[in-house]
Amino acid sequence: MITLPLDEKTARSLKLGETVYLSGPVVTGRDEMHLRAMSLPDESIPDDLKGAVLFHCGPIMSRRDDGSWAVIAAGPTTSARMNSVEAGFIRRFGIRAIIGKGGMSEEVSEAMRETGCVYLAATGGAAISLAEGLSKCKGCEWEDLGMAEAMWRFDTSRFGPFIVAMDSEGGSLYRNVTESLVRDY
Amino acid sequence: MIKLPEPVEDVVVNLLRLANTKLPMDIGWALEAAAGWETNEIAYSQLGAIMDNVKKAEHIGRPMCQDTGIPVFYVRGRFDSTISDSIRAGLERATKEIPLRPNTVDPLTRENPGNNLGQGMPIIHFIPTADDFTEITVLPKGAGSENMTRLGMLNPADGEAGIKRFVIDAVLDAGGRPCPPSIVGVGIGGTSDVCVAMAKEALLQPIDEENDDPVLNRLEGELFQSLNSSGLGPMGLGGSTTVLAVRIKKAYCHTASLPVAVNIGCWATRRASAKISDSGVEYSQGVKL
Ligand code: SF4
Repeated sequence: MITLPLDEKTARSLKLGETVYLSGPVVTGRDEMHLRAMSLPDESIPDDLKGAVLFHCGPIMSRRDDGSWAVIAAGPTTSARMNSVEAGFIRRFGIRAIIGKGGMSEEVSEAMRETGCVYLAATGGAAISLAEGLSKCKGCEWEDLGMAEAMWRFDTSRFGPFIVAMDSEGGSLYRNVTESLVRDY
Repeated sequence: MIKLPEPVEDVVVNLLRLANTKLPMDIGWALEAAAGWETNEIAYSQLGAIMDNVKKAEHIGRPMCQDTGIPVFYVRGRFDSTISDSIRAGLERATKEIPLRPNTVDPLTRENPGNNLGQGMPIIHFIPTADDFTEITVLPKGAGSENMTRLGMLNPADGEAGIKRFVIDAVLDAGGRPCPPSIVGVGIGGTSDVCVAMAKEALLQPIDEENDDPVLNRLEGELFQSLNSSGLGPMGLGGSTTVLAVRIKKAYCHTASLPVAVNIGCWATRRASAKISDSGVEYSQGVKL
């Protein structure tokens, strides 16, 4: 169990293949959120994003009668879609961990190694189990992007399980698997 | 106008609820079988997490995955032109009631109407037959798997070996992105558009049934074997469960063509059908078009 926010030392101590659970603040972000944040000057960036744990996720949310938000389902989205912006994003905002599915490019792996960030693999589609760990929604930023693309802020408790699939030393389970794939035509 | 025992709008809401909250039984069994033979520890944990999630979703009646997809509808049998409006109304209501994630956007402005509708949405395929029932089938298709779709206009000389290479590369190059273990839908033949449509329709066929065509049945088996020996595994993290099934549909094609299409269905290949006849509505989750 890791208590967030994550510091560089803890991020760097996480080993490839290790299973972790998280507790503390997490924000969501997909394609449009990355583009929005990267287009804005520093003073317009929400504080939650700095040094954040970023969950590649477009949740299903439902507004309660009192105006607060309830999470219905929240699993990871395909991280590779963010490959082209993520390295710059990690460097600019000091992202400490990314939760997603499918892994990311060598360029992102390099940014993670440089800054001390890890990639945590969530089970794709396990949206109900993962939502159980999102204990409270603290609202959202950039709601105009739509439910899936907005940046949602959550408090988490025993959120997971995740597998450290890319570590901060440049290691990657995806690379290991890809390099030993057998193509039996 | 054809009079049906239950408003189509209500049937569509029920169908979307059934498809999104309950995994078809044949896929559930395939996951269990896979967990039984999987020896890779991480792979086993991924399969366990999937099965656990499926049980919880069904129990609390919520969508098993947050990507409730773009629902693709197939309407077969007798129907009239009002059915499209009823399907649209049902989808809009289901989006609020279940709820489903509003997924449709303008492809250029990316503006989201919030109701899963918009120009060209939802996609409805019509198959008129002389039957005295109306069958509505829905396949909610998530983007993680849909984005991995490939069409190859192969040369006839590439033959069966070329087809196999094309399918294996499509699945392995997709890696963990389409949430494997996958169900691989393959279309062989037709024209380019029909080929891709067949690959998607193939995902509707129950995976515990043999293909009626002995040649396709053999090909499905061979592809299943090689894909599961690839080492890609659940979520692309390694293991021996890369696919739960390969399903192939074929059509005749031009003598100078060999179209092949791959449409991957994630483990959450959701489907549901309603057969509406004068005596009532029958729901099921194993369909064959
Ligand atoms: S690929 Fe399937 S299981 Fe994975 S997130 Fe998309 S819809 Fe869900």
